Amino acid sequence: MILVIHAHPYPRSSRSTAALLGAVRDLPELEVRSLYDLYPDFDVDAGAERAALERSGLVVWLHPIYWYTVPALLKQWFEVVLAKGWAYGEGGTALQGKECLWAVTTGADEDAYTEQGKHAHDFSAFAPVVKQTARFCGMRWHEPFVLHGAHIVTEPQLAAAAARLRERLERWAAQRQAR
Amino acid sequence: MHEALIFLAAAVVCVPLASRLGLGSVLGYLIAGAVIGPWGLGLIHGIEQTQVLAELGVVLMLFVIGLELDPRRLLAMRREVFVGGTVQLAVCGAALAAFLLAFGLAWQAALVAGLALALSSTAIGVQALTERKELATETGRAAFGILLFQDIAAIPLIALVPLLAHAGSPNETPLWRKLAVAGLAIAAVVFVGRYLTRPALRLIARVNLRELFTAFALLLVLGVAELVSLAGLSMAMGAFLAGVLLADSEFRHALESDIEPFKGLLLGLFFISVGMTIDFGLLASRPGTIALLLMGFLAIKITALFAVSYALGIRVRGCRFFAFVLSQAGEFGFVVFGSARAAELLSPEWEGLLTITVALSMGATPLLLLFHGWLLGRRAQAAPPADTIDATGPVIIAGFGRFGQIVGRLLLANDVRAVVLDHDLDQIESLRKFGYRVFYGDATRLDLLQAAGADKARLLVNAIDDVNDSVALVDRVRESFPHLPILARARNVSHYFELKLRGVDVAERETFESALKVGRAALEALGMDRYRAREMADAFRRHNIASVDATLPFYQDEARRMSIAKAGREEMERQFARDRERFEREHGGGGWT
Repeated sequence: MILVIHAHPYPRSSRSTAALLGAVRDLPELEVRSLYDLYPDFDVDAGAERAALERSGLVVWLHPIYWYTVPALLKQWFEVVLAKGWAYGEGGTALQGKECLWAVTTGADEDAYTEQGKHAHDFSAFAPVVKQTARFCGMRWHEPFVLHGAHIVTEPQLAAAAARLRERLERWAAQRQAR
Repeated sequence: MHEALIFLAAAVVCVPLASRLGLGSVLGYLIAGAVIGPWGLGLIHGIEQTQVLAELGVVLMLFVIGLELDPRRLLAMRREVFVGGTVQLAVCGAALAAFLLAFGLAWQAALVAGLALALSSTAIGVQALTERKELATETGRAAFGILLFQDIAAIPLIALVPLLAHAGSPNETPLWRKLAVAGLAIAAVVFVGRYLTRPALRLIARVNLRELFTAFALLLVLGVAELVSLAGLSMAMGAFLAGVLLADSEFRHALESDIEPFKGLLLGLFFISVGMTIDFGLLASRPGTIALLLMGFLAIKITALFAVSYALGIRVRGCRFFAFVLSQAGEFGFVVFGSARAAELLSPEWEGLLTITVALSMGATPLLLLFHGWLLGRRAQAAPPADTIDATGPVIIAGFGRFGQIVGRLLLANDVRAVVLDHDLDQIESLRKFGYRVFYGDATRLDLLQAAGADKARLLVNAIDDVNDSVALVDRVRESFPHLPILARARNVSHYFELKLRGVDVAERETFESALKVGRAALEALGMDRYRAREMADAFRRHNIASVDATLPFYQDEARRMSIAKAGREEMERQFARDRERFEREHGGGGWT
C-alpha cells in the first residue's frame, strides 16, 4: 500500500505538483491524502493520519518546496502526527521498517541550486532535515524525486517527469510483491 | 371623541401607577376600567360597543403571535394542543361542573357553566407569558397550546347551549353543517393567506406608502377575522391562522411593527372593558356568595391545572406557573353565559354572578403571578450560604442557552468548574442532572453575582440572549466588580458597540463566525480550493472587524457611521482585487507549483 501525503495549498492552481499527482493517483493500492483539502484550518486529525500511515508500506511526501522545506501544513502534520510514543521514543515503533519517498518540485532551475547559484547550495543540502525526520521514525529513506525548474518545464518535459515518478512507484510495488 | 379621551386618560393614569406598584399593566387596565365604568364613576355607558372594538385587540394579538410562530414549531406542538387541551378541558370542566352542582344548579346549567369556566383567557394568559418571556419555554408552550385548543373548543361549546336547553328550533343549523362551514372558512383563510396575500403585499409595498401598507395589514387581519366569525369560528383563532401563514414571508417584520401599536392600544381597551363589566352593585349585595364562588373556582381550577400539567410532564416548579397563568376564566365565558341565559338555561341572577366571577378571576391572575414571583424570590434568598460558597468557581457563565452551553461544555471538558446563572427553570432542572452547577436567577442582580463568587472569579462569560439584560449585567459588573474581565456574546453590531463602549474586551458577534463558515462552504462549492476559501474568509474577518471597530467612536452618529462603513466596504473591495491580482501572479498561469 502506497500512501501519498499531498501538500499543496491551492491544488486547482497547481501545475507541476498536480501533474505528478495525476500521473500516480490511479495506481492500484494507493491512497492520496491532500492535506490542504482535509485540514484548511490546520486542525490535523492525528488519529486518521496515523491509521492511514499504519495501512501503508511506502509513504510519499509530495509537495512544492517552499522556503527550502515543506509547506507549513506538512510541517504541522509532522508535529501533530509523528508523536513521541507512536513514531519515536519508547514504544514509538509504528513506522519502523516503512519506506519514505520525498517527491518535490522547485521553482528555480538546477543552476540556482549550486554554490554559484542564487540559492548558494546544492539542493541536497536542503534534504537532511526531512531525511532525518523520516529516519528518526525508523523509515527507510529513498533517493528523493526532485523536479527542478517547474516554472519553465515544457509540457513534454513535465509529462516525462511524471512518467518517471509513476515508474518508480510501480517498481516499488512490484518489488514488494516479489518479496 | 369624548369617550376616547376618557379611555386614554384612565389608561395613562392607572397603568403606570399599577406598574410602579409592581402590579403589572393588566391589573392597571382592569382598575382603569372599573373606575370609569358604569359601576365606578359612570363615565362610560355603552359597554357593548367598547367590547366589540376591544375584541379586536385580542384578534390583533393572536395575529402577531401567529406571525412570530414558525409553522413547523406549531406542528411540533400538536401534543400540547390536542392531548393537553382535551385533558385540561375534561378535568377542569368536570370539577367545576360538580362545584356548581353543589350550588344547586340544574345539571345542564352546571355542565355548560363548568365547561365555560374551564376555558382560560387568551388575552391575559398570553400577555403574562409574553411579559415574562415564557412563551418559548416548555411550560409556556404547553400553556399556549392549551389556550389555542380552548379557542377551538369554544365553538362546539357555544353550539351545545341550545341543545342542552331543548330550545333548538327547527331552523337551527345542525352541528355537522356548522362544522362543514367552519372547515370551508379555514380552507379559505389558508388559500388567501398562502396564495393571495403575498402578491398583494408585494404590490402594495411597491406603492411605497407606509400608511397604505398599514391599512392593508389591518384590512387583512380584520377581513380574515370577519370571515371566520361568519362561519361561527373564533375571530382570534382566524387571525392566528392568518399570522402563521405569513410567518415565513418577507413581510413578517413589517406587518408586525405596523400592527403592534394597534394591538397594544386595543388590548388595553379590552382589559378596560373587562374592568367595566364588574357589577359592583351585585358585588355589594351578594358579597358572601361571590367570594365563595371566586375562591372555590380558583382553588378547583388551580388544583386541576396543577395536576394536568404534572401529568403532561412539566417539572414541578413550572406547574405552579402554568396553573397560575391559566387560572382565570376567559372572555368566552361572557358569551356562553349570555346565550345560556337567552336559552333560559341560566337565570339572570346566575348570569350576573358567573360574569362577575369571571371578571374578578381575571383580576386575580396578576396578583397570583406576583405571589408566584415572591415565592421564587424567597426560595432564591433562602438558599443556604454553605451551598453558594461551595459553588464559587473560577468562571461564571451568565445565560446557559444555546450559546452559553457550548462555552460551558468546552470549559467542563477541560475540567474548569463554572458557575452557571440562568433564569429558565426547565433548563436548570435538566442541566443539574448532568452535574452542572446551575443557579436560578436574574444574573443582573448584585446579590446573586456575589453568591456566585464574582469577587473571586477569574472571568465572567456573558452569554445572555436578551440585549438589555446583557448590557445591564455589564454595567452591574463594571460598577461592583471592576476587576472581573468580561467575555461577551453580542447579538448584533449595535449590541457589540454597546459592549465595546463599556470596556468589554472580548465581544463576539454570535452569528459572525458561523456565517463566515457558510460563506467559505459556498466558495468551496463554487470550485475554490478549501485553503484559499479559508484565506479569503480570514481576510474578510480581519477587514470587517477593523471597519466595525473604526466606526465605534461614531456609534451615535448614524450618518458618519454609514459613510465610514461605506468607505470601509470600498477599501475592502479594492484590497480583495489587489489580492486577486497577486494570487493570479503567484499561482495562476505563470506559477510554478
